[in-house]
Amino acid sequence: MKKYSALLLMILCNLSLFAQSGVEMATDLRSSGKIYVVALVLLTIFIGIGIYLIALDRRIKKLEKETKK
Amino acid sequence: MRKSWWKILGLCLIGGSIIAGLLGPVPKLPILNETIRNVYFHVPMWFAMFTLYLISVIYSIRYLNSNDIKNDFIAVEAVNTGIIFCFLGLLTGMQWANITWGEPWPNDPKTNGSAIATLMYLAYLVLRNALEEEQKRAKISAIYNIFAFPVMIVLMYILPKLTDSLHPGSGGNSTFGDIDMDNQMRPIFYSAVVGWILIGVWIASLRYRLRLIENTRNQID
Repeated sequence: MKKYSALLLMILCNLSLFAQSGVEMATDLRSSGKIYVVALVLLTIFIGIGIYLIALDRRIKKLEKETKK
Repeated sequence: MRKSWWKILGLCLIGGSIIAGLLGPVPKLPILNETIRNVYFHVPMWFAMFTLYLISVIYSIRYLNSNDIKNDFIAVEAVNTGIIFCFLGLLTGMQWANITWGEPWPNDPKTNGSAIATLMYLAYLVLRNALEEEQKRAKISAIYNIFAFPVMIVLMYILPKLTDSLHPGSGGNSTFGDIDMDNQMRPIFYSAVVGWILIGVWIASLRYRLRLIENTRNQID
């Protein structure tokens, strides 16, 4: 019984999706504004990595100056 | 190598590709749906790896010509960083494949080729570990590098084109150019590629500078 109701559900979903040319995209995530959170999180992580790299670069510059002397 | 402009440029390009990659328009493709956005992040890993391996083999050749140990340092640190990007590419590829096509390793010629190429470059590091004397280590690993690089190209870029594959541009699939026919993805993709190449080169240069400092200090003591 569960298999048949799942099949019926999928057929119904399929019919309603023809409005979007048949290929489902995550438009809900975007229209509800939640995608901005995802973008913000990834950007924050990446800015963190960038700051770490810059700090590393500065430390190495200092070491190079000391070793030159 | 110590200038800042290209490093900041790299960071900005990648930051921009994160924002545009998630929020920008993408073509609607079956099976892939939104995961096509992964192209902005998974593929640049391989571009960065390739660039770093190319730098490494160039400096390996330079070492053989000049016997200057600094060239060998660049070669090994470029491979070290390239291997990191290689693993990131493999990992992200497996994650993408698992969710989209149902299995993490679809036994696709490109993935198998990249796995073998990874093993070859890991063997380069093992080879270096086995040799104690500095000049001998540099010479033998430079020769190995010069063999490994073209084999990597064949495994990852030539063989997949000859057989069936799930990657674009290989065996029976349309290329990336066909997927992105109205050029929605190209500007973001190319800026992500350039950005990650710059960051990869930056990380390799940091490792190289550290090795130089260690080397100077070892010689002083």
